[in-house]
Amino acid sequence: MAEAVFTPVVEPKPWPQRAREQARYYLPTILIAVGVLVIWELVVRVFNIQQFLLPRPSAILEALGLELRQGSESILVEATFATLYSAVGGFVLGCGAGVLVALVTARWTVISQAMMPFAIAANSVPIIAFAPITNNWFGLTNPASKMAIVAIIVFFPTMINTVRGLTMVEASQLELMQSYAATPWKILRSLRIPNALPYIFSALRVASALSTIGAVVAEFFGGPRATLGVYITQQAAGFNFARAWTGIIMASLIGISFYMVVLLVERWVMPWNVSFREAA
Amino acid sequence: MAAVQTDAPVIAVQNVNKVFNAGDEEQVVALQNINLNIYPGEFVSLIGPSGCGKSTLLRLIADLLQPSDGDLKVNDKTPHEARLKREYGMVFQAATLYDWRTVTQNVQLPLEIMGYPSHIRNQRAQEMLELVELGKFGKLYPWQLSGGMQQRVAIARALAFEPSLLLMDEPFGALDEFTRERMNMELLRIWDRTGITVVFVTHSIPEAVFLSRRVVVMSPRPGRITKMIDIDLPYPRAFETRELPRFFELVTGVREHLRDAHGF
Repeated sequence: MAEAVFTPVVEPKPWPQRAREQARYYLPTILIAVGVLVIWELVVRVFNIQQFLLPRPSAILEALGLELRQGSESILVEATFATLYSAVGGFVLGCGAGVLVALVTARWTVISQAMMPFAIAANSVPIIAFAPITNNWFGLTNPASKMAIVAIIVFFPTMINTVRGLTMVEASQLELMQSYAATPWKILRSLRIPNALPYIFSALRVASALSTIGAVVAEFFGGPRATLGVYITQQAAGFNFARAWTGIIMASLIGISFYMVVLLVERWVMPWNVSFREAA
Repeated sequence: MAAVQTDAPVIAVQNVNKVFNAGDEEQVVALQNINLNIYPGEFVSLIGPSGCGKSTLLRLIADLLQPSDGDLKVNDKTPHEARLKREYGMVFQAATLYDWRTVTQNVQLPLEIMGYPSHIRNQRAQEMLELVELGKFGKLYPWQLSGGMQQRVAIARALAFEPSLLLMDEPFGALDEFTRERMNMELLRIWDRTGITVVFVTHSIPEAVFLSRRVVVMSPRPGRITKMIDIDLPYPRAFETRELPRFFELVTGVREHLRDAHGF
């Protein structure tokens, strides 16, 4: 029986080839980034732009180096870890609660349908506006006040996405399960949860970015000195803009690393999704 | 593989009606007064235009829908009991394989649900994949396979727990003509090897005649059986069977009954 008609459509690629293709893909992006930095430096020098308008990249890097060399004594480093702690803490609380609530309510669709309008409305409200209130509840210097903001921000998108993932299974996939006389619990484990994973991770990726933003902006409303939000506003108020920019850089690094970690976890949890997207 | 008519029927349908939205103005009489017996080891096709109730009838047998009226018995039990006892395997038009499982894991799905221990699951899954001639493709994911291969995996999965009955709802409908003909041969080979009873829903007249021992012609509005035709072509059937004059006569016969029922 000739297998010519029945060969696989897509062969998986070997990893050195994939790595080279990735590098080639990102090369223009890297060149542009370097180019922008060079142009920025030149423009500031040539036009003698005042440092309170726009510091030179070289000045920012110098200030950054100065701080980092102090190691754990540096307030910038301390602030970075503090903000990271609030962002990650809020993320874990909010996303964890989002997934759990979704699991509970998806089973009883009456409850989840009743809750969805609230969830969608709450998602549109600027949760950050509650920062002064959580500062009052938990205390200005307590990281919980920032974590609470982050948790509420990420809770709703995570819950909404998880409910969607759990309930949006194809009719034929459900019929298949019914033909096996599968219990609702087995249907949840073998069909709904794996089906929901791409939806959940899509929400987690968004949540990772929102967590960093939420933590930093909540700190703008007041908090301990050694947090990035406070550091940035204080340095700007004191006209030390190069130092303010270092705070911004560290905040960006938190955001980017957080996102990358979520991506790595996603790859680990859903290996099939990765190769699927690469082939497509 | 001639059906032994003296045995008790595997499926006994008596005076079954199915009405959707009963009482409403949009009431649909999907099935009216259906009477049908299917015997062990038979290969029976249900054929008819859209809306004739063939898929509905299949789902009544599978207990995925309940009849409005009448009596259905599968292996001498109600369809509900037969479903709970997992006495049939089902194959749909869409392969309905799970993206997040490899081929082998997909075939093992019913075995996991039914609580088989892992060494038995592995063994059965490999046996089934060998049966559909995909023994070496166990580690691939469904999207890496062609449509025909995916349906073969779906068939392997449906047979994994060794049911005595196989229900198929236009399984080859989404495939191209040539692949479809090869899959027909595959299916007959598997049917011959396993001795299973098959109820096969299709739109294609040549496919119904080629595969079956009996063709049940149905028509819509209301859904009903208009004719049951015995296919007296010899088994085992081969590609050459499609070229026999008798094949052409039978296909023409089925087509004419379908036209009559449809009114043109």
